[in-house]
Amino acid sequence: MNNAIIIQSLSKSYGDVEALKNISIDIKTGEIFGFIGSDGAGKTTLFRILTSLMIPDHGTAEVIGFDVVKDYKELRKNLGYMPGQFSLYQDLTVKENLNFFAGIFKTSIAENYHLIEDIYKQIEPFKNRRAGKLSGGMKQKLALSCALIHKPKVLFLDEPTTGVDVVSRAEFWEILKSLKQQGITIVVSTPYMDEAALCDRVALIQKGAILTIDTPENIVSNFHEPIYAVKAENRHKLFEDISKFEATKSAYWFGENMHWIPKENFDEKSLENYFNMLNYNNIYIQKISASIEDVFMELMIK
Amino acid sequence: MKGFIIKEFLQIFRDYRSMAILFGIPIAQIMLFGFALNMDLNNAHIAILDRAKDAYSIEFSNKIASSKYFILDQNIQSEKGIEASFRKGKIKEVIIIPKDFTKKLMNGEGADIQVIADASDPNTASILVNYTRAIATDFQQSMQQNLKEIPIIIPQIRYRYNESLKSVYMFVPGIFTIILMLVSAMMTSISIAREKELGTMEILLVSPIKPVQIIMGKVLPYVMLSFINATVILVLSYFVFGMPFNGSITLLLTEGLLFIVMSLALGIFISTVSNSQQTAMLLSMFALLLPTILLSGFIFPIENMPVILQWISNIMPSKWFIIIVKDIMLKGANFMDVWKETLIIISMTLFFIVLSIKKFNIRLSEN
Repeated sequence: MNNAIIIQSLSKSYGDVEALKNISIDIKTGEIFGFIGSDGAGKTTLFRILTSLMIPDHGTAEVIGFDVVKDYKELRKNLGYMPGQFSLYQDLTVKENLNFFAGIFKTSIAENYHLIEDIYKQIEPFKNRRAGKLSGGMKQKLALSCALIHKPKVLFLDEPTTGVDVVSRAEFWEILKSLKQQGITIVVSTPYMDEAALCDRVALIQKGAILTIDTPENIVSNFHEPIYAVKAENRHKLFEDISKFEATKSAYWFGENMHWIPKENFDEKSLENYFNMLNYNNIYIQKISASIEDVFMELMIK
Repeated sequence: MKGFIIKEFLQIFRDYRSMAILFGIPIAQIMLFGFALNMDLNNAHIAILDRAKDAYSIEFSNKIASSKYFILDQNIQSEKGIEASFRKGKIKEVIIIPKDFTKKLMNGEGADIQVIADASDPNTASILVNYTRAIATDFQQSMQQNLKEIPIIIPQIRYRYNESLKSVYMFVPGIFTIILMLVSAMMTSISIAREKELGTMEILLVSPIKPVQIIMGKVLPYVMLSFINATVILVLSYFVFGMPFNGSITLLLTEGLLFIVMSLALGIFISTVSNSQQTAMLLSMFALLLPTILLSGFIFPIENMPVILQWISNIMPSKWFIIIVKDIMLKGANFMDVWKETLIIISMTLFFIVLSIKKFNIRLSEN
């Protein structure tokens, strides 16, 4: 089986709001596939359909060979799901939670301990602490352990790193890579564009539609427009002026800097002239190579 | 500040369920109180044991039967029949007219009639007795015109099953019922709603666990807790209030267990229609607790209610359970006396269990 997940023209609306618009994606067995998109892009709806929690309005989806509507019973035995909201029993301890979830999947901690060993070791010192009293990173690790305890073939992680500190995020991605080694297909969603580079393939999703699907490398190398990092003293004025500039194709904040993409036949010279005309001092303009985030920003602004 | 107020209003108006609770329930309550708080008794079923069977005694019987307060359900032939007719539960009062009724009346000696009232509901009993007294006095006056002597009827009152008219005898079965219902139904409904609220239901749903298993997993712990609860209440009522235990304790506890399971099933049904703990709680409080108090015959005699409310009272599980508890504790009824009520509760239990398993959503609801 080459494709773990086959999604064909999937649509879903809530009343007048179209959450998913005719989405088709194939996800390969054993890859880490990332859905990148801001809040309300439709990621959670897609995950809920793929985990059989919701029924699509149109289209079909097959996860590891099971139709998400018809074969939901079989599917549920084989998938691991970590919802966006922390969904463990806050008033149970770490150990009790794990035991409970092992129990409802008719397995035991001992049976699949090798799968969760790396993760569980990190939270084991707190095994008698209530889940509600854990830190954000710890909670995610516990939730992941619980989602893994029954040795699922495919793992759905809905925004697992949202609200987690940078160090824990990095650790979490390390864990995902090691799980991939075990042959588990991992589907992950995130609002953080920088995490896209950590996936094997990503799909950029916005307003229920897929903007692009590819490997992070291809996404970057297929992007040919020049990008400039721009810095000035007055950030607010800089943004206003650059937006008004006729040669500007797009401009957006990227950390400290403004990233500027000119229209065709324009370059940094034209921007410099524009600033000189407006009597700017201490202007910093530097041509840079596009990161995946730049590509996403550009795609989303379109 | 203004924006906040607007937001609050929007939230309230968009949540239909809280709207219903906010406006519907108070209206329903006012209606219920208005009708149910009527202490007049109409159409109480009584039986008469007429030992005299002469013209005057029959006239007296007819006078009682023709009043709007009483319905003459049967004429009992012997002393033994009294107990039997009370046991059936329908008869609230028995009037015994002695052999020498007419003779004593004529002689102006004062004729005794014996009035025995079922005082397991003390309010009803004393009201009925007063009506009987009034009719007797009326009868005396109507006879005065034909007789030289002043006839006197002296009713001898006896309250059965609760000789001293202690209302605790009536309240304990009621409170017993309400606590069992409240704890069982409210707790399960809230605990399932909590799963939905905290998102754990999402994980439970994607697991292979079946709805039946989730429901049983929720019910069983509460069956145990509520059963302990029931036992404690019964022990307290015996030692603190001096409630009599005339029937079999095993039977009472078994019936209690049945009622607990019924309440739990009801609680689960409530939780399947509520998405948050608050809705679950409000639903159990208003839709369950108050009708239970008002319509079960716990406080207001069902006989007083308008016919429609009497019908509604029939679908109150608590009504039947209160009857069972009273009959067993006060009248010493055995299973054969309460099998009908038991059967009703069993069918209600099955109904709610099937309904909640059917209604239990195997997917997330979309709102």
